[in-house]
Amino acid sequence: MAIQRKKILAIASGGGHWVQLLRLRPAFDGCDVVYATVRRGYELDVQGSEFRLIRDANQWSKLALIRSAFGIFLLIMTERPDLVISTGAAPGCFGVLFGKWFGARVIWLDSIANAEELSLSGKLAGKFADLWLTQWQPLAQSGGPKWIGSVL
Amino acid sequence: MIFVTTGTALPFDRMVKIVDAWAHQRGRNDVFAQIGMGAWEPKHLPFANLLQPSEFVERIRTATVVISHAGIGTILSALHYEKPILIIPKLASLGEHRNEHQTATAQRMMELGNVNVAFDDDELRHRLDHLDELQSIGRIGPFASETLLDGLRSFIHGS
Repeated sequence: MAIQRKKILAIASGGGHWVQLLRLRPAFDGCDVVYATVRRGYELDVQGSEFRLIRDANQWSKLALIRSAFGIFLLIMTERPDLVISTGAAPGCFGVLFGKWFGARVIWLDSIANAEELSLSGKLAGKFADLWLTQWQPLAQSGGPKWIGSVL
Repeated sequence: MIFVTTGTALPFDRMVKIVDAWAHQRGRNDVFAQIGMGAWEPKHLPFANLLQPSEFVERIRTATVVISHAGIGTILSALHYEKPILIIPKLASLGEHRNEHQTATAQRMMELGNVNVAFDDDELRHRLDHLDELQSIGRIGPFASETLLDGLRSFIHGS
């Protein structure tokens, strides 16, 4: 009997968010992974996996946020992942939000850049994440994010 | 080559100006900068606004020293290729970032022994004059900590 492979959507914006997401790859072994990020050039990092381009956005541009959210909504509606994982930032937040709507289990790993306070998107995403993680032990708390290690 | 990078999302003209002036004064012709969204263009350095991700990695891989804002992507790449790295936090108080998280990140990563930090302009100028003494502080593997990977695996393969 064929074992059903899980489908993961791994989604992040560029720079450090993307680099951190790539460092999680061994955890995805045995799953089909679709990577989604904001620059075409990053496709070279995940050769052999599915790659989707999404629009970046941040809290300062409402129009960009709406366009980014719309594209990610369509992406999740099309891909129907079993699980969504993100390291940030705004596009990742949309990814876990819409993933949850469509019945996926969702993981938020807050960026290691947030050593003293969770990111804004991390605080929002944490409200609906099934697994909510910080990379800094002092930020872990009951009812809040857990700490089980970091990308280092 | 000394590779200078500001990050791509927000400019960091303050850092680029100081490095540019230093390179001119000291006659350094081994400096290259990625200035991102910077409005100010270096007078004495070769530069690019935005490198393709593969070019960026190649610049890090072949650098002798990396000088950067406190951006995680650059820090992780420099550590991976065992390069000495000097980071300068972008300051929200100067309008360089949305909040002061870069100072906190720099502080914590310095305490972990991963990076060298210049917290202000004077310290940056001083550090530049001693740049060739900077050592690589460590090397990191390509992946996250085993405890994190194990936790993710058990969640992913759980019900």
